[in-house]
Amino acid sequence: MQYTILCYETAADFACRADPDKAGPYWAGWSAYGATLAQAGVFVSGAGLLPPDAAAIVRIGPLGRSVQDGPFAEVKEQLGGFFVIDVPDLETALDWAAKAPSSSSASTEVRPVLQMPGE
Amino acid sequence: MTSVATQTEQVARTSYARLLGLLAARTRDLASAEDALADAFRAALETWPRTGIPDRPEAWLMTVAKRNHGATRARTRTARDALPTLFLLHSDQAAPMPAFPDHRLALLFACTHPAIDAATQTPLMLQVVLGLSAERIAPAFLMTAAALGQRLSRAKARLKALNVAFDIPDPADITPRLPAVLEAIHAAAALGWETVPGSDPARTDLSSEALYLAEALIGLAAEDPEPKALLALILYSAARVPARKVTYIPLSEQDTTLWDKSLIARADQALTDAARANRLGRFQLMAAIQSVHAERARTGRTNWAALETLHAALNRLHPTVGGSVAAAAVTLECHGPTACLRALDSLPDTATYQPYWALRAEAMRRAGNPDTPAALSRALGLAEDPALRAWLAARLG
Repeated sequence: MQYTILCYETAADFACRADPDKAGPYWAGWSAYGATLAQAGVFVSGAGLLPPDAAAIVRIGPLGRSVQDGPFAEVKEQLGGFFVIDVPDLETALDWAAKAPSSSSASTEVRPVLQMPGE
Repeated sequence: MTSVATQTEQVARTSYARLLGLLAARTRDLASAEDALADAFRAALETWPRTGIPDRPEAWLMTVAKRNHGATRARTRTARDALPTLFLLHSDQAAPMPAFPDHRLALLFACTHPAIDAATQTPLMLQVVLGLSAERIAPAFLMTAAALGQRLSRAKARLKALNVAFDIPDPADITPRLPAVLEAIHAAAALGWETVPGSDPARTDLSSEALYLAEALIGLAAEDPEPKALLALILYSAARVPARKVTYIPLSEQDTTLWDKSLIARADQALTDAARANRLGRFQLMAAIQSVHAERARTGRTNWAALETLHAALNRLHPTVGGSVAAAAVTLECHGPTACLRALDSLPDTATYQPYWALRAEAMRRAGNPDTPAALSRALGLAEDPALRAWLAARLG
């Protein structure tokens, strides 16, 4: 069963990425987490995302395409990256999600991957 | 002024087990007592911010919980299911509002009923007495939360089906059930210690709850040395709390002048009392190990040879994965990294056991192994405590 671990981070977390004093431990935490998922044989895929100010939203409205640049609404936590893991059950997935650095600094969401009809 | 939510949480922490013990003692249905109590706390969170905290918050919660229990049961159809509520209403008339006698120990002993599978007893006790979720408890037993949750539900159904009374057992029944109760109290204390003080107040509270239960248990089983040894063990760990601060500091690097000497003295006394019975047990060995560490405050050095003997004895008497990893840590100090790694290699089921990888990384570092960062990274990837993670990340960097 595949689950997606969505890692939400605060503005302070995103700021750690470029802070000379904090970048080391920040990246060490995330790469250790990813490597541990791989070594445990549960890692399927994943990616880190640039901060929300690098984002753009596309919509097709009555006037055709519109593009809105980020950052968007004032939300405390923004998606910072995700992992797809393959584990026997939801509880195991939650156990792995608890180990994501975002679980202690902000929050981590776990969602079962949708099985497309016919697959 | 602290918020109502914070105060409610405080009441929940200090009263949960006592209220549950009281409810379960009357209804003999653990699962529905837990549900009723959970609903009562939910009602408190909704009501108290408007009305303020009642003068007797426990009485308020108890009243709502009993009403909830009645409402839940009213929806069930069979007369059999309604029995606990009738029982409860009946005892209400007999004795109006109780003075909240302490049922926590009774609850613990009920969980050690022979009909409950031995491996389920400790987690069951942690859940009912400390209100911990299966997710919180499962990692401490190297189990998945799902498997544990199922076992706990089955156990509660079992107790209900057998109509087990939540009373303190007769003195003759206490001794055989003591090991399971000791283990649960110890597990509660250990869950509290794993957390750095200040980072999660709910967890440090577990240690004080465990301290209370250990002292109460000595009153109940005065002849047995192990409750005294458990008390010593909890006190030794409590003595070191001031040296841990907000960041993670390993035992060997702690400033011993910050250790609480009066708690160490109380622990020494409890361990000496335990030794008088002349019957060696698991908790006496564990407390003795901590007394050797505490000695460093006086002598300035750790007696590793004594620790090796005690760890070996403990692993013979009560082999566990955690105990084996702890013994391998002493091997590292006594015989160096190669012997330590050999000991670690022989352990089964350690793929996701964080302390195993932390020790493995340290042994590899001392051996000059170039693959050390990989093991350290695995220890970091498996760590959940932010303070511990920060400490490991600093070593990796």
